Amino acid sequence: MEYNMSSMPQINIVNIDYRQYLSATEIASIEHEVSIMETREAAGIEALKIVQEHRGWVSDDSLYAIADLLNMPEAELEGVATFYNLIYRQEVGQFVIHLCDSVACHLTGYQQIYQTIKTHLGIDYGQTTPDKKFTFLTNVCLGGCDKAPSMMVGKQHYQHLTPENVVKILTGLANLESENV
Amino acid sequence: MSEVIRPLTHLVNLQSPLSLSDYIREGGYQGASKAIHDYSPKQVLDLVSDSGLKGRGGAGFPTGMKWSCVPMFPDTDDSNDEVPEFKYLVANADEMEPGTFKDRYLLEGVPHQLVEAMIIGAYTIAANRGYIFLRGEYHLAAKRLQQAIDEAYQQNWLGKNIQGTSFSFDLYVHTSAGRYICGEETALINALEGRRANPRAKPPFPQMSGLFGQPTVVNNVETLSNLPHILKHGADWFKALSPNSDPGTKIYAACGRVKSPGLWELPMGTTIREVLYQHAGGMADGLKLRGLLPGGASTDFLLPEHLDTPMDFDSISKAGSRLGTGGLIVLDDKNCPVAMVLNLLKFFAQESCGFCTPCRDGTPWAVEVLTRIENGTGRKEDLDTLHNLCDFMWLGKTHCALAPGAVEPLKSALRYFIDDFEQHIDNGCCSYQQQGFTQQNHAVQSSHGGQIHG
Repeated sequence: MEYNMSSMPQINIVNIDYRQYLSATEIASIEHEVSIMETREAAGIEALKIVQEHRGWVSDDSLYAIADLLNMPEAELEGVATFYNLIYRQEVGQFVIHLCDSVACHLTGYQQIYQTIKTHLGIDYGQTTPDKKFTFLTNVCLGGCDKAPSMMVGKQHYQHLTPENVVKILTGLANLESENV
Repeated sequence: MSEVIRPLTHLVNLQSPLSLSDYIREGGYQGASKAIHDYSPKQVLDLVSDSGLKGRGGAGFPTGMKWSCVPMFPDTDDSNDEVPEFKYLVANADEMEPGTFKDRYLLEGVPHQLVEAMIIGAYTIAANRGYIFLRGEYHLAAKRLQQAIDEAYQQNWLGKNIQGTSFSFDLYVHTSAGRYICGEETALINALEGRRANPRAKPPFPQMSGLFGQPTVVNNVETLSNLPHILKHGADWFKALSPNSDPGTKIYAACGRVKSPGLWELPMGTTIREVLYQHAGGMADGLKLRGLLPGGASTDFLLPEHLDTPMDFDSISKAGSRLGTGGLIVLDDKNCPVAMVLNLLKFFAQESCGFCTPCRDGTPWAVEVLTRIENGTGRKEDLDTLHNLCDFMWLGKTHCALAPGAVEPLKSALRYFIDDFEQHIDNGCCSYQQQGFTQQNHAVQSSHGGQIHG
């Protein structure tokens, strides 16, 4: 059997440079991280965190763009991204609540805090409120065992939680947001 | 005075840690200065070996011995040309062992101590570059460490030709993104290289071929923090800190429902009783001691009868457990032991990297069986299944120590709290539920809301 190459339909290959999905600031920060590592791909986690810092989460487009920038396969970077608890591969709310569910918080009753947050915000683990203010996730031991139960929202740790004060904290955060707007 | 008995923590200030100049005023950087000006690397290594310092991350491996496996000392060795040019020192600050918060205290409270310690360690093994591998959740520690490192660069304690010597060393903070397995040293190295952080096979050991294929030493934060003081005061002083065979002090902690949870730097080998009753104030009102994990989630339960055991590596292992990180997790009589073990196993199932089958499949299997028992739908043969799982996931059958670590609390709970397991099965319910804790009946979920392990 013979193929006549000229009669084959033309396939248009479009090369998309995913770097266009990153801002100049993001690229500069990532290149700085690259400069202190031995290989480009070693900056992968830092790069994911930089993009997440700017955009709230890591979309597929961002992930492909970072992989391109670091000269590594997308699948490999995806393997790294999904390995970690603090890299969000789905859109999250403005405040991501990480409630500690490890043993010290278990012994001191984090379950009540869990129920309170769930009732107050109307969402369970892995969900985001319709107004996109809060996402509710678990976290392994936050290292606040002597002041348990404990949670982390953004970069802030909250300790000695009670059903009463956790509602206050969440209300405070919700109001903080509306003031900024 | 307090430096003499509490070397690690006497300069801790959680509100506002000492700046470089204040740290120096309090006697800081004297150890590093002594090392790089007065001692050869070999002399520092000998001093640390003499001191008998053991790793504080959980395994208790002698630090001097760990370092001595690194190829070094071209001047005293005939195999000159085999000494690699690039070496790494990594501080393991990926503190994620449930019930452990000692490193956080040092990182947030006295960051310069770790920087000084890393200079000493790096000088000894002739490392050119160091990383502090910090867990992503410790944002405050990251900020303070970076500040300390910046100050150290400004004052020539880091960088090229440190303090006029020929020794150069660069130090960076790497913040991780939340995964327990990164605390395992070879997984940590993979994480630093930007790979998925599965542990590596050993050998080769990191001291020979670690980060980017170069000799690498990974030490725990508390271990490293001892170095400035050993350099400053000597090996004999360090040994005299403790009345028994394991030298130095240890940061012990207590959490759970005790009167005053917290952490305390005490002589290595302080008894469990002293930590629990004298320092943590005993059990909270109305509660009795049921048992405790002596050193984090991956250690075996001990009972009230073990209270007089000294908390050093040998004594705790003779009592049937491990010193681990030295943080007591205390189980009271109103908390269900089955629910506690279920919580621990859920943690290990979630944090299993999934590389080897016994761990990837064994830990969720144990969670499933324990959930059944806790919810009152357990069967008699479930206990046999749990015993079998303890065997399937034991040392030598898994890729790393995570699954055996999960087995430790499980198998000891089956031994000490077997009545509770049987009652759950016989009565078809958990008799602890009336105290208001709604035990979670929902399925185990990962943080993204999906079922773990497919």
